[in-house]
Amino acid sequence: MELFPSDAVFTPDVSWVALWPMVVMALGGLLLLTISSLGKGRIPRPFYALWAVLTSVGSFITAIPLWAQVHGWEDAVLWYDPEVDPTGPFSTVGGVIAADGFSVFLTMLIAVSMVAVVLVIEAYLDREQDRFPEMFALTMFAALGGMVMVSANDLIVLLLGLETLSVAAYVLAAMDLRRVQSQEAGFKYFVLGAFSSAFFLYGIAFIYGATGGTGLVHITDFLAANVLLGSSGLMLLLGLGLLIVGFAFKVALVPFHSWSPDVYDGTPSPLVTFMSSVVKVAAFAGMLRVLVMAFESAGADWRPVIQGLAVLSLVGGALGAIVQSNVKRLLAYSSISHAGFILLGVEAASDVGTAAVVIYLTAYSALVIGSFTVVTLVARSGDRLHTLTDYQGLGRTSPLVAGLFTFFLLAQAGVPFTAGFYAKFSAVIAAVDAGTAWLAAVAMLSAVIAAYLYLRLVVTMWFVDPAAETDTSHVGVPAAAGIALAGCAAAVLWIGIFPNTLTDWAERSVPAVVQPAPPNLVESGDEADADVEFEVGPDGMPGMPGPMPGEMDFGELDLESLGIDPAELEAMLEGGDLGFDVDVEFEDPPG
Amino acid sequence: MVDLIWLVPALPLVGFAVLLVAGRRMGEPAAGWFATAMVGASFLTAVVAFIGLGGLEEQVFVQTLFTWMPTGDISIDAGFYLDPLSGVMILFVTGVATLIHMYSIGYMHGDPNFSKFFLYLNLFVFSMLVLVLGDNLLMTFLGWEGVGACSYFLISFWFTKPANASAGKKAFVTNRIGDWGFMVGMFMVLFTFGTLSYSEFLPLAPGLATTTATFIAVMLLIGAIGKSAQMPLFVWLPDAMAGPTPVSALIHAATMVTAGVYLLARINPVLAVSADWVLPLIAWIGAITAFVAATIAVAQNDIKKVLAFSTVSQLGYMFLAIGVGAYWAAIFHMITHAFFKALLFLCAGSVIHGMHEHQDMRVMGALKKFLPITFGAYIVGWLSLAGVPPFSGFFSKDEILAYAFDVNPVLWFIGLAAAGLTAFYMGRQAFTVFWGTPHWHPEEESVEEVPPAVTGTEAEVLADADDPAATSAATVVATAQPAVDVSDLPDDFEPHESPWTMTVPLVVLAVAAAFGGLLNIPLPSSLHFLERWLSPVFELGGPTKLSLSDGSILLLLSVSALVAIGGTLAAAAVYLWHKVPSAPLEPAVLANGWYIDSSITAFMGGPGTAGFQATADVDTKVVDGAVLGVGAGVGRLAQASRYLQSGHVRRYALSVGVGTVVILGFMFTRVVI
Repeated sequence: MELFPSDAVFTPDVSWVALWPMVVMALGGLLLLTISSLGKGRIPRPFYALWAVLTSVGSFITAIPLWAQVHGWEDAVLWYDPEVDPTGPFSTVGGVIAADGFSVFLTMLIAVSMVAVVLVIEAYLDREQDRFPEMFALTMFAALGGMVMVSANDLIVLLLGLETLSVAAYVLAAMDLRRVQSQEAGFKYFVLGAFSSAFFLYGIAFIYGATGGTGLVHITDFLAANVLLGSSGLMLLLGLGLLIVGFAFKVALVPFHSWSPDVYDGTPSPLVTFMSSVVKVAAFAGMLRVLVMAFESAGADWRPVIQGLAVLSLVGGALGAIVQSNVKRLLAYSSISHAGFILLGVEAASDVGTAAVVIYLTAYSALVIGSFTVVTLVARSGDRLHTLTDYQGLGRTSPLVAGLFTFFLLAQAGVPFTAGFYAKFSAVIAAVDAGTAWLAAVAMLSAVIAAYLYLRLVVTMWFVDPAAETDTSHVGVPAAAGIALAGCAAAVLWIGIFPNTLTDWAERSVPAVVQPAPPNLVESGDEADADVEFEVGPDGMPGMPGPMPGEMDFGELDLESLGIDPAELEAMLEGGDLGFDVDVEFEDPPG
Repeated sequence: MVDLIWLVPALPLVGFAVLLVAGRRMGEPAAGWFATAMVGASFLTAVVAFIGLGGLEEQVFVQTLFTWMPTGDISIDAGFYLDPLSGVMILFVTGVATLIHMYSIGYMHGDPNFSKFFLYLNLFVFSMLVLVLGDNLLMTFLGWEGVGACSYFLISFWFTKPANASAGKKAFVTNRIGDWGFMVGMFMVLFTFGTLSYSEFLPLAPGLATTTATFIAVMLLIGAIGKSAQMPLFVWLPDAMAGPTPVSALIHAATMVTAGVYLLARINPVLAVSADWVLPLIAWIGAITAFVAATIAVAQNDIKKVLAFSTVSQLGYMFLAIGVGAYWAAIFHMITHAFFKALLFLCAGSVIHGMHEHQDMRVMGALKKFLPITFGAYIVGWLSLAGVPPFSGFFSKDEILAYAFDVNPVLWFIGLAAAGLTAFYMGRQAFTVFWGTPHWHPEEESVEEVPPAVTGTEAEVLADADDPAATSAATVVATAQPAVDVSDLPDDFEPHESPWTMTVPLVVLAVAAAFGGLLNIPLPSSLHFLERWLSPVFELGGPTKLSLSDGSILLLLSVSALVAIGGTLAAAAVYLWHKVPSAPLEPAVLANGWYIDSSITAFMGGPGTAGFQATADVDTKVVDGAVLGVGAGVGRLAQASRYLQSGHVRRYALSVGVGTVVILGFMFTRVVI
């Protein structure tokens, strides 16, 4: 006999406060598309840019109450409400979305990055006399995917976020219709991206086979309680390896990086700011949550792989960049080297390492958005001037732009009192702290090599006379791009001089293993007449979808509306033929 | 009074900030005077703080400004550490810097980037002070990087000359090798002690395990070698002379290059507990550098290059001093060297100024009557560097040699030989430049029947410098008459004395160089002022105690003095009285610095670049090659879809595939059966 009738509906517990940032971003994008298709060409383009900025700001603002709920209200000054207690980290929507320090901070980081990215896109579209409001909408959808990824607490949801992000990014890469490289970039990105997504999905399947679930908390608990031997162990490890491949492709680690120089080169320059910031943040967040949190107990298996990838990326990125003559390709290799540095924090598999990753991602986002904004401006109309020759003598023709670029490049090289130094410092600390000092030494060596390539650009700008074919016209800074540049420069400087602000946040931005909240059967209400608490065995309980071991409190139930006869339930409880323990307190005991 | 210590670096920083904002509007000469005033005020503050330090019981003062980097359990403060060592350092750094700032007002007159020059100089002084005063290794590293960056910018200051930009690059790249060593050493300190603060980790150093101490010491030594231009990383310093002369004086002679010596002196407790080969290694590096650089200096024709190699050589003495445990003697020589080498560079600048930017000594001669003040100042600097008593260089160099004799007579002998060479090449410079016959009048050359092939454009001479055969030919010819074209000088050209802003610093430095030896008179020991002042700093380092009797010390002093005078007389015989032909004394191998630099350049230009290229081609050749080899079958399958793209995507995909196979292969090995 079943306790619940077959038509009873179990709805997962939904905490809207955790979902608002995503909802705002999604709605903003959808409405923008709707408005643009209704308005045809009558709406001036700056309106769309403003809309996208406001959406991103809105997404940021809605993340503040979430921050408050996770960390406490004192931090969220604007929303201070002494009546409400913080709940600490929690998970929602049946446990597939995590709301912890990690997800909140990175969601906010994505929202802030989006503001800068949108401003740069606007400056670009204005110069190119393009209308394309789709560019805004697509970046917003991609950012939504990124937010899902940083919060995903289940491999399937992670994949969902990844695909939302990637599909939008493929289209963005091919967005410049005038240049064939752009279409080529989109095509390459798509083919290879699909290839690696297949690996990723295959990995999920293996892991499901080995652990019986895709939830990260489930995997954590399962691996903590069981040791997998033989073929099931192999299945788990193969799944883990395939997941690493998927992530390694997304963040462009050697040898899964080959797409990135081509794609960076072909993609319209303002969109590279997006690809190198938000996309990397999201992919690293996913990687960290999966490896460091869910597969913590398998650290001995994945840490050597990550160490190997880190070495290859650090050295390969730095050396590859040295011989490039195209600035976008050069920066693409440099970002591969940065990714190697971030892996130091992942590889550490510790709270210090996680904080280092968060710090690095924040600093890196500011640096890379700033750098590619300069690239966008220098490329001039048509987005075509990207070789080193085009940067010759820039220091004399456009000292402001060249000065800012020099600042960002020196920061990327890790010059003290800039965010770049502090980020590298944190990553190295994390690696040494985790007992991998050799990796830290390799990283420092690669930083030395990489300094050469940044320097080469600086020298080209300030100390080389322009060649005959160099466009020596002054590079102006449009207001929109100027705001983005000023913001990035200020962030880089601020983090460099007062890093403790960021450290405070980063140290609390740690993914938390939170058990999912129980599903809601029925809203509790006045008509409730029983307080039901089940203790469910490993096989789950009849009438509920899927195994869900553990204790759960169903709260107060209105038995009548569920079609349960209290007297019958009472009889069942006494007979003890339910197959699980249940503790029912009747408000109005039957009989 | 010591509370004011934060003002010492803050004032130049303010100067930098103000010049950054308003430098162009201040213009010439206001920007220069402003910068000079800031550094001068910093000097006065340093004097006040120094006096205050003398009144403290502990003679150590730590000032914490704010917590800079809280990382996990470790937090690093931004703060200053004033002790006898850093106190002495800030005094001479700000003092010499003030004079050089003032000198630059005259020297940089008319330069379009006048205010920018002073902006960099102020930033440099700030960085140097942070380096010296920093309370922990990270602050020192900050200053270390800061002075490096300023040096790089100032070398390339006249970036319109390609040679300068390239010299700047060389300095930067060489220094990065040293920086790597510094960084690794620093992290090792952090994870051994959990702190970077000098006041916390140095007292704990005696408890270090030998291997740990050795590792830290060697890594920081690599950093010091790069910064202080020791063998084999000295190639950048002579090229760095491409910058304006005051920069050479301030950065590449008096202050920045001594940072490596300062670092080693600072970590003396760590050196003391490291393996017993570390200190001798430092001593030998120093002795060999001192000797080799001195031999190279003998055959240089550029007035600044001679001084540059001489700087490398003198830094070698300081390393030698550290290596034989005479830490305070290294600092002593650092101070006197700052005085006389800055003086010599400034004199050289004055000469170059008077000669309308000609730097080749072969076109000079008989300048003493045209530049009387410069000449007088130069004499002091020259005799001081040559080690002639009673000038300051004699005392400081002799202390080092005495300690070297006490530890290992072979080291002493190498040092003595280098001292003889020093006296010789300095005599060569002095006699060629200030005595003899003037060479700057084209018509006089024709009187001397110059072979037409010899006179070429300046560019050719520059190019010749890289070509050993051509240079040796030029050197042979140069013994008779100049090989440099002076036709750009007007017919009625006459060298002229520099303006007072340039000569006043010369006179002040000359006084300091002449009497600097008074800081520490060798006998009797009651006059060892500097040694006593610095002794608390080196207490844990177990400094060598001189075991020589007063008689032996006197004997060594006399030998040194004789060698110095002998070297000078030898130079006079060759270059003043022309008793001996000079050509065999200046072989090409020395003129080209033992070919060390050109070998490195040849390597980096040939196999080195090829190596970078090869590594960068890993994508297209090695990885793809392996991929295509392994995946030949897959490749054939993919032939069908080849028309879709040029094949690159397929290759990329295979690269992904091979990466996957390797990772999964690794996972197979991890399975627990």
